[in-house]
Amino acid sequence: MVNVLVCVKRVPDSSGEILLTADEQSVDARHVGYTVSPHEECAVELAVQIASATDGTATVLSVGSEDAIEQLRNALAVGCSDAVLVEAETDRFGPADVAAAIADVVTARASEGTVYDLVLLGNDAADTGDFQVGVRLAYALGRPVLTGISMVEVQGDRAIARGDGPEGTEIFELPLPAVVTVMEGGVAPRYPSIPGRMKAKKAPVENKSAGPPTVGPGRVRLKLPPSQPSSVEILGEGPDAAPAVVDLLTRLGVVGR
Amino acid sequence: MIVVLVETDREGATLVSREALTFAREVADRAGAGPLHAVLVGPVADDVDAALQGHLAEQGVAALHHAVDDRLTAYAAAAAAAAVVDVVKTASPRMLVAAGTPRGNEILAHVATRLQVAMAANVVMVDSDDPLVVTRQVVGGAAQEEMRLDDPVAVLSVAGHACDPRAAEAATTPERLEFTPTLTDADLVARVVRVEAEAVDDSAALTSARVVVGAGRGAGGPDGFKELLELTDLLDGALGVSRVVTSLGWRPHHEQVGQTGSRIAPDVYIPCGISGAIQHWAGCSSAKTILAINSDPDAPMVTKAHYAVIGDLHEIVPAINEELRRRMA
Repeated sequence: MVNVLVCVKRVPDSSGEILLTADEQSVDARHVGYTVSPHEECAVELAVQIASATDGTATVLSVGSEDAIEQLRNALAVGCSDAVLVEAETDRFGPADVAAAIADVVTARASEGTVYDLVLLGNDAADTGDFQVGVRLAYALGRPVLTGISMVEVQGDRAIARGDGPEGTEIFELPLPAVVTVMEGGVAPRYPSIPGRMKAKKAPVENKSAGPPTVGPGRVRLKLPPSQPSSVEILGEGPDAAPAVVDLLTRLGVVGR
Repeated sequence: MIVVLVETDREGATLVSREALTFAREVADRAGAGPLHAVLVGPVADDVDAALQGHLAEQGVAALHHAVDDRLTAYAAAAAAAAVVDVVKTASPRMLVAAGTPRGNEILAHVATRLQVAMAANVVMVDSDDPLVVTRQVVGGAAQEEMRLDDPVAVLSVAGHACDPRAAEAATTPERLEFTPTLTDADLVARVVRVEAEAVDDSAALTSARVVVGAGRGAGGPDGFKELLELTDLLDGALGVSRVVTSLGWRPHHEQVGQTGSRIAPDVYIPCGISGAIQHWAGCSSAKTILAINSDPDAPMVTKAHYAVIGDLHEIVPAINEELRRRMA
């Protein structure tokens, strides 16, 4: 029986045009909506699979605004059993603060009798891209940590994990409890079913609130990268453009190397 | 002093590590931040070591700290971090830099946590030296953040292809400083126990290829890649695909280019049937020349490209292959 805690972050959907808020402290998502990163969707899927395979539990947690309940409900709808919402003013939180807030929940739950054998997070948040919350959390909890993992299974009291490394797929084995950050690519997140959505509405959600941040993000401001005006040269339409394409590739020195 | 964590491949220092060395050297030169040192963790083959020495000399590195220990043969991020922390404690650099790779970011996250300092991931430039403010990529490169680093040692990774590797004005003869790192058993718990080397060379080839042929939803299905792979072969390049393609299971994940895949910087990128969502643009915007093939003249990939051909890739790509074969014959 493995208890999994999976952490998700409510982030602006960045598939379209990006706008910034007037104070330049965050992305203005009013017109684009919110989501969680693909990595976290896979982490939720893995949490649900592990809980189901071991007759354990999958708890989903978010450190964020009260609106993050939407992302928690989505995870509940695909099979997480309960949720924790740690309310925090995330713009003022840095990665160390987020890790501390998650560690507080893990420690509090342990003292209440629930030990999370495995804590899963996304490899990096889709918005702030800090690449470090999972590692900082592991140190706060005194646990081993793996990052960039695409597949993880539990066998007895050990986790077997796989991820892409520079020389191929790397296999790790580590004792539980542990922290693992997930990269998309190993599992396909399931879609919520109608009964799943109904169940999600009734699933227990614990509301907590994080203390003030002690470190902060160090953010001066956000800005948009300099945009370049389009100066595309259309070489032609359809297959007739092939000679022009090969002329270009030859000019660029990449033909017959 | 600035210390750069160096990763190696078969050809010496990796391309992105050489970029990080150039980035760090130019910061050091401008800010008068003293000599450039490198740190290497674990064993390397003799031929790789020789090539690495050449790269470090070319980049103007004054000294190489090499962590040597039998326990570093299999990769363990915490052990690598312990070695890097040893270097930081003995050399007291102003800045610790790595390439913004999975390993670079992972090891730096451990180091920053151990030193209780901040870490800035995927930095593209240093805005000011005092106070130290850096600009880094956020939202997958769609936005940037100016971040202050106020700690005694600034820990940062350099975004892939934020700069080209350039040789220093004067080459150096790097002094080699081998050391045995302070490792605990706990540092070795999370380590690689086995590597399955399948289809690996592809992703390595993807990030260093001079030509990348891209394929998106326009490929149409798992069987829609034949002529694209043919074009890849004819140009001696690598195939890269959009997130849609890997999500649908048409191609393996390691071929993905984008925010959640590889970042490429080829001389020529030929995205075929890729609309050019920000997620994809984040991975391909460093290409020197982009030639888009797309049926939609208003697709972002087309408007952001240098050159474009409008139409169905399944008609255009075979015609290009035919023309290439004709001229190469």
